[in-house]
Amino acid sequence: MSDTVIGAPSAGGAKKVSRISDAVIRIAGNSQDGIQAIGGFLARLAGRSEQEVMTFMTIPSTISGGPSIFQVRIGNGEVLTAGDDADLLLAFYQHSYEDHISSLKKKGVVLYDSDHVTPKPEWETEYRHVGVPISSLTVEAIGGTAKDKGKNIYALGLLARLFDLNVPKLEKLVGERFTGKDPSILNNALAAFHAGYANSPSNLLETFQFADSQKQGSHQVVMNGNEAIAYGLIAGGVRFGAAYPITPWTDIMEIMRRELPKYGGSFIQCEDEIASISMALGASFAGRVAVTGSSGPGISLKTEALGWAVMAEMPLVIINVQRGGPSTGMPTNIEQSDLNIATFGGHGDAPRVVLAPANVEDCFYLSIEAVNIARKYNVPVMFLTDQGIATRIEAFPQPNLEQVCQDITPDFSAVPTYKPYDLAAANGVSPQVKPGTRILDGRYPIATGLEHDELGHPTGSPKLHVQMTAKRRKKLQALADTLPVPKIYGPPEGSVLLVGWGSTEGPIREAVDRSRAAGDSVSSIHLRHVNPLPNGLENIFSGFNRVFVVEMNDEGLYGYGQLGAILRARYCEAKIQGINKTDGLTWKVKEIIEGIKNKLRK
Amino acid sequence: MSQTLTDNPVATLQAPQPNPNPGERKGLTKKEIAADHPTWCPGCGDFSILALYFKLIEKRKLWHEKITTISGIGCSSRFPYFVQAHGAHFIHGRALPFASGVSLSRPDLHVFAFSGDGDAFSIGGNHFTHTARKNVKMTLVVMDNQVYGLTKKQTSPTSPLGFKSKTDIWGAVDYPINPAKQAIAVGATFVARTSASNPNHVLATMEAAMDHDGFSFVHCLSECVEFYEGAFDAANPRKGGVFNEVPKAHDVTDELAAYKLAGADFPGNFGILYQVKKPTKNARELEINQAAQSKFAGLKDWQILQKTFDRLK
Repeated sequence: MSDTVIGAPSAGGAKKVSRISDAVIRIAGNSQDGIQAIGGFLARLAGRSEQEVMTFMTIPSTISGGPSIFQVRIGNGEVLTAGDDADLLLAFYQHSYEDHISSLKKKGVVLYDSDHVTPKPEWETEYRHVGVPISSLTVEAIGGTAKDKGKNIYALGLLARLFDLNVPKLEKLVGERFTGKDPSILNNALAAFHAGYANSPSNLLETFQFADSQKQGSHQVVMNGNEAIAYGLIAGGVRFGAAYPITPWTDIMEIMRRELPKYGGSFIQCEDEIASISMALGASFAGRVAVTGSSGPGISLKTEALGWAVMAEMPLVIINVQRGGPSTGMPTNIEQSDLNIATFGGHGDAPRVVLAPANVEDCFYLSIEAVNIARKYNVPVMFLTDQGIATRIEAFPQPNLEQVCQDITPDFSAVPTYKPYDLAAANGVSPQVKPGTRILDGRYPIATGLEHDELGHPTGSPKLHVQMTAKRRKKLQALADTLPVPKIYGPPEGSVLLVGWGSTEGPIREAVDRSRAAGDSVSSIHLRHVNPLPNGLENIFSGFNRVFVVEMNDEGLYGYGQLGAILRARYCEAKIQGINKTDGLTWKVKEIIEGIKNKLRK
Repeated sequence: MSQTLTDNPVATLQAPQPNPNPGERKGLTKKEIAADHPTWCPGCGDFSILALYFKLIEKRKLWHEKITTISGIGCSSRFPYFVQAHGAHFIHGRALPFASGVSLSRPDLHVFAFSGDGDAFSIGGNHFTHTARKNVKMTLVVMDNQVYGLTKKQTSPTSPLGFKSKTDIWGAVDYPINPAKQAIAVGATFVARTSASNPNHVLATMEAAMDHDGFSFVHCLSECVEFYEGAFDAANPRKGGVFNEVPKAHDVTDELAAYKLAGADFPGNFGILYQVKKPTKNARELEINQAAQSKFAGLKDWQILQKTFDRLK
């Protein structure tokens, strides 16, 4: 709420109305309190109001309960991150209050449930405290059986009043959420909402109003990264998938299991991770590009079959929703530490494609690109998203589905002859013929993990191993030639270039904005194609004195994170260094700025 | 049986159309079906199974492009290279999930998986259980020689107690698996036992397995003359043994009777031990699809997705 415009306070104790263009709201409670639902309503409302929105949440990895937060940032300008510090903290419990007050800006508003929270006097001067007995007022509003249920919706009503949100739109959203359920549930929810809305905390002397969005008339959709990937794959023509449940990948398989039958496809829950990639490869072998996915440990288990896909030149999309590792690690935290396994995991020389979406919208479009790269180059494509982007909700312009949806049904017409591993194919890219296709010379191919001749039959020939290894590599080199050079955010020359990949694009850009505003010469690029790397990065690097690779992984034995090490290996460039962290939380903009300063001091 | 297994593809994959005039195309000859010369040791039981697979293709007039031959790793699993048909030689132990991916997305294909005792019951044991319980339509032939052959004589999960191998120089100490009993216990809908030494019996069993609508499991004894010679002599009349078929009175739908029969001391009985009709995974998924698609009749795929996006506004 940095650019607050103060409205005229009217006489008679009426409240001041401040016009704002941006607000960060942090909701803190326990995971079963429905705080994600409040955040979800706010995010969707922002999407429908042509506002930009981004959310951030933490969830405990315990089975039931535990502290949890949901942060939502709504703005009329470009929203790049979920915000470092909150303008408003909604605290349901004492622990929510005590643990998260430090995330609040000075003089920010803490709205707390006075049934559970006792404010600390030393904080009352620093932050504006607004206590509402949310729990008891909710019970009063909906009746004695409600207990704790519904207090999130009551709080939503409070927020609606505080931020002058569009009530009919919110009512509609609440209605949509509870359609198909017992009508009394919706009635209770609306009763709680209106009670909250009607409660005007007497000690609150200011309410806020969002300035009109500049994006009037644009149509937006609101979803999280996992949803965007699932729908992107469907748009890309994927009609078969197989997987095993693991957090935070599971949402994608649940969505696809539910959605694919509408399109005549299937998503199969398998007995284990290895079966999943195997089944997906079977389906890819038999027809269209299929998908499997997992997180951390599951990806480790899939690597042998991934090697087969490289050797057999079988297209496949593997979604890896990264989480903290190694081993079971931090299942509900964010880390970008699977770049090495994605790029190099497995035995042998096994080149594969690695893509990483930069934001939720990119999850949708890059999924389609993943399908197309897999089928064009007959390679497995590892899609590296992470826990942060998986659960982060953003609004983005509604895609033109008629244009982007594609049918990737293979052609089964008979062919005169067929070599699956044709060494004469340009750039090593040999097209595939699927089972069911008649091959008129009567010589049929075998998809194989053994080193093979052009028909797929095993060979011990050293010469063929050299040629086939080169064929598998050349395909990726050909792909690299087609990749766009990343756009530089900021001027193309300066003292510092930040390099990021995956979900960190927003905070890195905001760090560039703030640094430049403070007079520092900082630009950034963001890599979505991580393996192969696009050509021409060396030209970009040459414009800067220092190149800092910003990654959420360890600085490693030699001082560089995983992408940092790859870039140093490729460019032999001593000015490439890492800004890394491993706390399992998304980058705060100020952490990146601090990282730059620390590196420059050295 | 016609070339297509079903008129209703499970997935929307546009299945290849059957030849409109099947009469115009002759069935394949053995010469047309045979590909690479098998790399097995002379005298290996697997030769017999390969020859009978050719015979099955010939007899049932299956065409190259309608058959997929899938395997994992092991001596047995070299099988696809020797057959002129679309095939896949996958990784160790995982032929069944791979074959399931083919079966569930391509109802027009005959899916055959060939495996060995190590591949199917040891490293791939989990998949054997789950493919059987899901009743995915395919035929699995396990060529069981009770020894690891490709790696030269280590104990396998079906090696009998006391079998001396390089990993059990004193004789095997782990109790062996009884594959047929295991298959029945985990819900396979077709369980048969045969032996490579009885070609007619192998062919009849494979044919019945192919015609079974569901997961059909053929446990086929196949001697490794190199590392476990004489393992199955007791089941071979030419070597002084007895080849007892399943008694005529046996009710193949009686699970308990089948389980008992499967558990008889070696050599036991050969033939179909257990066979029941149960909806396949393929059929169940098709039902789900038909129910889901009925709500979107006449809509293009992008329009269906648009409906979803309309709710995400």
